[in-house]
Amino acid sequence: MSGEIIHTDILLDSTLKSVDQGEELVLDAARGIGFSGEELNDIGIAARECLVNAVTHGNRYSAKKKVHLRILIGGRRLTVEIGDEGKGFTPDAIPDPLAGDNLLRQSGRGILMMRHYMDELSVTERPGGGTQIRMAKSLAG
Amino acid sequence: MSVTLSTRQVGDVTVIDANGRITLGEGSTAFREKIRELAAGGSKRVLLNLADVTYIDSSGIGELVSGFTTVTNQGGSFKLLNLTKRVEDLLQITKLYTVFEVFDDEAAAIRSFN
Repeated sequence: MSGEIIHTDILLDSTLKSVDQGEELVLDAARGIGFSGEELNDIGIAARECLVNAVTHGNRYSAKKKVHLRILIGGRRLTVEIGDEGKGFTPDAIPDPLAGDNLLRQSGRGILMMRHYMDELSVTERPGGGTQIRMAKSLAG
Repeated sequence: MSVTLSTRQVGDVTVIDANGRITLGEGSTAFREKIRELAAGGSKRVLLNLADVTYIDSSGIGELVSGFTTVTNQGGSFKLLNLTKRVEDLLQITKLYTVFEVFDDEAAAIRSFN
């Protein structure tokens, strides 16, 4: 999107420590353009869910695979791109966590939460392989 | 920071007081082990107090669900107490509000097990 500048462009290891690190980087960028309170919490959760998916499902904790984190800011809008180097997935293939039988599944709610907390979300295949999730949120008001 | 879990008995109800973050990793593991321990010990009435849970992710939600199924599959009851707004929102988003019994008063929660 025009007007956006790259705030952060970093490779993270496929570890839970990287999830914390990545979440903090996203929160820092969000605070920098004025997000606070509930909206800031929302962004943090969405980023965390996406990072966890990249580490656990995408890269399967492989030391050989990286999580690609890019944060862009443009005016009142924050965009976060998180990519993994895994085999890729189709969002439609994930069981609907809100469907009756799936309510008691232990996992599968991450993307639901990301869609809820962010204004926009898209899932695409990374050019080099793997999955990229791009999500954005604009300051209210 | 992870989660700390302490338990106390109120009659025949085991109350778990959780404090901190229930997220993938130490927090979710600690919670899972606590439920396993209680289930192995025969606890059939479990009330999880979430008043001091500052953060929970989808893995943490998954552990709540797992705790619920573990206890109910053994013929018991697993209920929630003192949800923060954040946790309440998550249960609404995930429709788990239709699964769990939720209370904001401990005495009422304890009575409900009878």
